[in-house]
Amino acid sequence: MSESFSTREIMIAAAAREICDGEVVFVGMRLPLVAFAVAKALHAPTAIGVFENGVLRDRSATQPIVTMSDPPNLDGALACTGLLEVMSLLQRGRIDLGFIGGAEIDRFGNLNTTLTQGVRLPGSGGAADIASFACRTVIIMMHEQRRFQEQVSYRTSPGYGNGADWRTRIGLPGGGPSKVVTSLGVFGFTAEGEMQLESLHPGSSLDDVRANTGWPLLISADVGETRAPSIEEIQLIRRFDTLG
Amino acid sequence: MNPIFESKRRQNKLKPLSDAIGDLVHDGDAVAMGLCLESLIPFAAGHELIRQGKRSLTLIGPISDILFDQLIGAGCVSQVIAAWVGNVGAGLGHNFRRAIEDGIPQPLTMHDHSNFTLVLALKAAAMGVPFLPTRTASGSDIVKDETSFRQVACPFTSERLTAVKAVVPDVAILHVQRADCFGNAHLWGNLGAAVEAAYAAERVMLTCEEVVERSVIVADPNRTLIPGMLVDAVVHAPLGAHPSPVQGFWQRDGDSFLRYHERSRKRDDFLAWRDEWITEIPDRAAYRAKLEAEVLNRLAMRNA
Repeated sequence: MSESFSTREIMIAAAAREICDGEVVFVGMRLPLVAFAVAKALHAPTAIGVFENGVLRDRSATQPIVTMSDPPNLDGALACTGLLEVMSLLQRGRIDLGFIGGAEIDRFGNLNTTLTQGVRLPGSGGAADIASFACRTVIIMMHEQRRFQEQVSYRTSPGYGNGADWRTRIGLPGGGPSKVVTSLGVFGFTAEGEMQLESLHPGSSLDDVRANTGWPLLISADVGETRAPSIEEIQLIRRFDTLG
Repeated sequence: MNPIFESKRRQNKLKPLSDAIGDLVHDGDAVAMGLCLESLIPFAAGHELIRQGKRSLTLIGPISDILFDQLIGAGCVSQVIAAWVGNVGAGLGHNFRRAIEDGIPQPLTMHDHSNFTLVLALKAAAMGVPFLPTRTASGSDIVKDETSFRQVACPFTSERLTAVKAVVPDVAILHVQRADCFGNAHLWGNLGAAVEAAYAAERVMLTCEEVVERSVIVADPNRTLIPGMLVDAVVHAPLGAHPSPVQGFWQRDGDSFLRYHERSRKRDDFLAWRDEWITEIPDRAAYRAKLEAEVLNRLAMRNA
């Protein structure tokens, strides 16, 4: 049994599978928000969502939201606190998983959302904090060569720095990026902190990935194909992803 | 008594928006706004800053959605201290980009923070200490900005930490659900850095959906997140946060943010937008009248 699906849908499905039941998840907007709703409906019913504006939820919002501060994200919330409270949860090590994205990423999973090729981007928001503290982060990005640079021109959100034990040396308590979910595949990180291809989405090739990555990419020995979204996953994604 | 605090004495602080902005905000001031993140953004007050032609302001906030972009484009701003400046629903802030990249309409100094460091900077000011330590953003280029950050050693363990310098706003401008005429304010929903900013600032100006009796405030004192003793002016400004949402009162007007994104893409189009929605209308009542009834009906929530 198979159903056709979009790139966006397989990215959401792959992200949702990274959420484990019982985890406390720092949820972002757009794709991670849908991934969180799908995971809660499917395999992580007791996961808790934390939003950087201060909102804590144990159920997904019942109406579509564009920002985390839209009233439907407050209705039925467990708690409405503030930045200091949720950032303290992060710093205290109480957040299992955080989702972040960026305009540029490099081979060690550092992200740039501040300044690239002369373009002033909006900045960190809470991304640098999530990258510093979450026990692990999952990065979601479109896979384009201009975004996958050997070294980011500005390091907004720290990944593994320049590799190896950099995070420990620099004093970052969180675990760093565990996965990168792109429009072409899913990537993990080696013990040295370097990004490595783990699976290709159906229909994308190694050549596509290499052509869109600005450094000689490590390829896992057992690289496979990203599991296509099940019919159940697709139905849930389409139910929750109403804003596209 | 310090004269700056004379206006905080227990007295009726209700004022028209134009008087409150005129009295409390001066050219060159550091103004904290947009503190709850995407909700309760004081657009009415921000537009009055533009209407009164305030200049050389420093804007402070974690993110402000498009309010900072509008003030930058209108030439009111010389410096921004923030974690994120743009349009949450659409991405980049065109005026912010023009100012940083091309100095249009004037050069802009940006001091980047993360959301955490920004709230710590305000919390330090609120507590009356010069800095607060954190472990965040080690190894990030953000903390290389020595205006805001220094590396320090923990005096107990020698662990390396980042000291975040206190940021004291001259004025914090907050939109809240309700307040009494003395400035005792109830606000709810996500709070972002609103409370920290109110306690940090030298002067506090509130715009509110409802002005209520003192009895409404004291019936639920845990909700009095901003006490009147901190507040200098209260402005009755229903819909004063439009197009941002106000829990219990207004949904977010997402279309308005998307239209602004298109109309601010080019400098001339932005100036036409500014004329149409700010400088060529006298006040917030006229702004409200200009919004179509259909829009207001769609955004209105049953009072919660």
